[in-house]
Amino acid sequence: MSTEATAMPTGANPVFHLAEEPHHPEGSSTALGFWMYLMSDCLIFACLFATFGVLGGSYAGGPGPKDLFDLPLVALNTAMLLFSSITYGFAMLAMDKGRVGATQGWLAITGLFGLAFLSIELYEFAHLIHEGATPQRSAFLSSFFTLVGTHGLHVTFGVIWLVTLMVQVGKHGLIAANRRRLMCLSMFWHFLDVIWIGVFTFVYLMGMLR
Amino acid sequence: MSDSYTLAKIIFGRLTWESFPIHEPILIGTFIMVLIGGIGVVGAITKYRLWGYLWTEWFTTVDHKRIGIMYMILGLIMFLRGFADAIMMRLQQAMAFNGSEGYLNAHHYDQIFTAHGVIMIFFVAMPMVTGLMNYIVPLQIGARDVSFPFLNNFSFWMTTAGAVTVMMSLFVGEFARTGWLAYPPLSGIAYSPDVGVDYYIWALQIAGVGTLLSGVNLIATIVKMRAPGMSMMKMPIFTWTSLCTNVLIVAAFPVLTAVLALLSLDRYAGTAFFTNDFGGNAMMYVNLIWIWGHPEVYILILPAFGIFSEVTSTFSGKRLFGYTSMVYATVVITILSYIVWLHHFFTMGSGASVNSFFGITTMVISIPTGAKIFNWLFTMYRGRIRFELPMMWTVAFMLTFVVGGMTGVLLAVPPADFVLHNSLFLIAHFHNVIIGGVLFGLFAGINYWWPKAFGFKLDTVWGKRSFWLWVVGFWFAFMPLYILGLMGVTRRMRVFDDPSLQIWFMIAAFGAFMIAAGIACMLMQFYVSIRDREKLRDTTGDPWDGRTLEWATSSPPPDYNFAFTPVIHDGDAWADMKKRGYQRPVEGFRPIHMPSNTGTGIILAGLSVAFSVGMIWYMWWLAAISFVGILAVAIGHTFNYKRDFHIPVEDVVRTEGERTKLLATQG
Repeated sequence: MSTEATAMPTGANPVFHLAEEPHHPEGSSTALGFWMYLMSDCLIFACLFATFGVLGGSYAGGPGPKDLFDLPLVALNTAMLLFSSITYGFAMLAMDKGRVGATQGWLAITGLFGLAFLSIELYEFAHLIHEGATPQRSAFLSSFFTLVGTHGLHVTFGVIWLVTLMVQVGKHGLIAANRRRLMCLSMFWHFLDVIWIGVFTFVYLMGMLR
Repeated sequence: MSDSYTLAKIIFGRLTWESFPIHEPILIGTFIMVLIGGIGVVGAITKYRLWGYLWTEWFTTVDHKRIGIMYMILGLIMFLRGFADAIMMRLQQAMAFNGSEGYLNAHHYDQIFTAHGVIMIFFVAMPMVTGLMNYIVPLQIGARDVSFPFLNNFSFWMTTAGAVTVMMSLFVGEFARTGWLAYPPLSGIAYSPDVGVDYYIWALQIAGVGTLLSGVNLIATIVKMRAPGMSMMKMPIFTWTSLCTNVLIVAAFPVLTAVLALLSLDRYAGTAFFTNDFGGNAMMYVNLIWIWGHPEVYILILPAFGIFSEVTSTFSGKRLFGYTSMVYATVVITILSYIVWLHHFFTMGSGASVNSFFGITTMVISIPTGAKIFNWLFTMYRGRIRFELPMMWTVAFMLTFVVGGMTGVLLAVPPADFVLHNSLFLIAHFHNVIIGGVLFGLFAGINYWWPKAFGFKLDTVWGKRSFWLWVVGFWFAFMPLYILGLMGVTRRMRVFDDPSLQIWFMIAAFGAFMIAAGIACMLMQFYVSIRDREKLRDTTGDPWDGRTLEWATSSPPPDYNFAFTPVIHDGDAWADMKKRGYQRPVEGFRPIHMPSNTGTGIILAGLSVAFSVGMIWYMWWLAAISFVGILAVAIGHTFNYKRDFHIPVEDVVRTEGERTKLLATQG
């Protein structure tokens, strides 16, 4: 450490404070903070994936993936979510160009894709429950409903957030605070997409191979 | 009749007159005391018209210093509750021999040992550690506040909301009777159909939100808001250990959230995660909860290590020996703490290979920890040691903690663990490291930083009384438990058959009473110090001849911490500034940009308590309304874009001018 102390030329007047206020743009830590939140959320999903990994074969004499999963339906559902990510990307491009109307338009389309995803998921759940494949039926179904349902809950919150942001963009335009918020939601939305790809692969596709 | 019954059921859920423990004289007595005390406090606040002041200056504050102090007060209050539980257990176990049942029935005793563990970890150690980090870290890195000041306020209130929920269980319904980690199937709905486990779940979930967000907040603060010149390897060591602790928080608490959510699904929705039937697997729970639980103990101890490092260096008048190795040791402990969790259940039957792996990783942790002990010893070596109170706690820690660490290495040997598992030896071990490590560290930190926070030192006479009673009391209270554990006595027992064991429990109870006297002396120390504050006044801002940046500003620091952003050239920034003749600037002040207060945090936390009450008592309407309320308030908060203001330059000039005068009186 002593070398660092002498790195300062002796005799020179060391500067011990800044005369001017340093410019910390408001919310400059938000991207980092939000990213950390996302990673912590990712860990919740990691636990649910691990739980599904352990309990995914515990049918308790009940139905298994091959009896239950309707892959074309899930593929359609996946397409909805992937499209919503693309349209969110377009919203961000419009935001960069400063076009309020286009941003809101793409956000609206993204929200509709999100709602379509949720509707298909709810239809699938209702269908499963109707067939007697309830979350209470076996540990496999408990972990299936919890993992997929937690993802669905996240999408639901994402849609609520998206609507809130549309109102705020309408009210204040694309000011710095709103751009930052749109960027956070963007990370959140793509994050949910990545999680869903994990769900589609690990739960549905590999479930059919079990 | 049945109509009014269903209506009551809809409104009050499971809550009936039988839920109030009027048949428990101990609880009634406690309730009356709490009631009298509560009325006294509320009456005094009303009489002196302090509500407005408390609301605007404290409850809604976003100032990291005030939030830190509130965390410490919360921790202290909950500590008294947790200690009351402890001394009740010691008394019960010392009495319940020779056919005596003691004075606590099984139903009550089981709640006490659960509540003791939960409260001491979640609502004493965590708030106090978080409080110190909140107060000190921004000062040590030369920042004005944390990265997300509103989030900080919200985190504090969520932690408080969790504590309120736990305290509620004392008088309405009951607490869990499962032990502090609530293993299923015991904690499942089949074996714990009452509200106890639900209180446990919701208290921890609410407090967990606060803990996680404060973790995110402090990481962002340390990574993004350091003063110019402060590279990572020039950060004060307490800031380093805080960084590692908060990384652990962000990486561990989501696991707790997830596993408790699964347990609540089992209890509320009838799923089969941890049940005995329908393919559930209870060991999943035990694995997951310890994947959180082991990092948790390092979350608590790492900041304590940081405090000891700062104290040792300051009171030896020397730079910390082996700073770099200290940083690496901290980081290595952070990583290793994730790959040892299975040592909490070697007896699960994972087989020899798995147990060996986890036994060895556990033993490996003692290497970086040992390196730290040697670093502290070498810092003291040839230093001019001043045995002030913080240093006394540090030396007591080194002696006590080493013993606790060595019994930990003993327990890390799987065959030995098969004998000692679930015994009082284990209890003695973890109290040895948590009291001797975390608590002594907190006491060292409180005595060290109190003058910074309040502008006057703590009284040494009562401080020393408290110190000796605590340290000697600790050894009396826990050494007998090692002996009993080696003799095979298991934990959580309420009555005993073998009369030859009684003497050890009597000694342990004696130790607990010594600790009680130590706590009394500590409260007395606070009282006497506040009474004599003019005599104990620190006008310099640097009462200990400190070495890090928090001592460069006044005691207590102004709202904005530093009038000018400091520039750092050395790890011990303040020692370096003093050595090179730093002159405090007295002119050229600028307006300072600061965050505004907000009441959203406390409102959200209040709604969260209402939500958890609704969930615990099956009052679904209340849960639904408060959940919608939480969403509405949170969304409403985002519509507020005016979250900051500037402290006018006149205020800065006035505050700094007063300090200049004060410093001039020193001569």
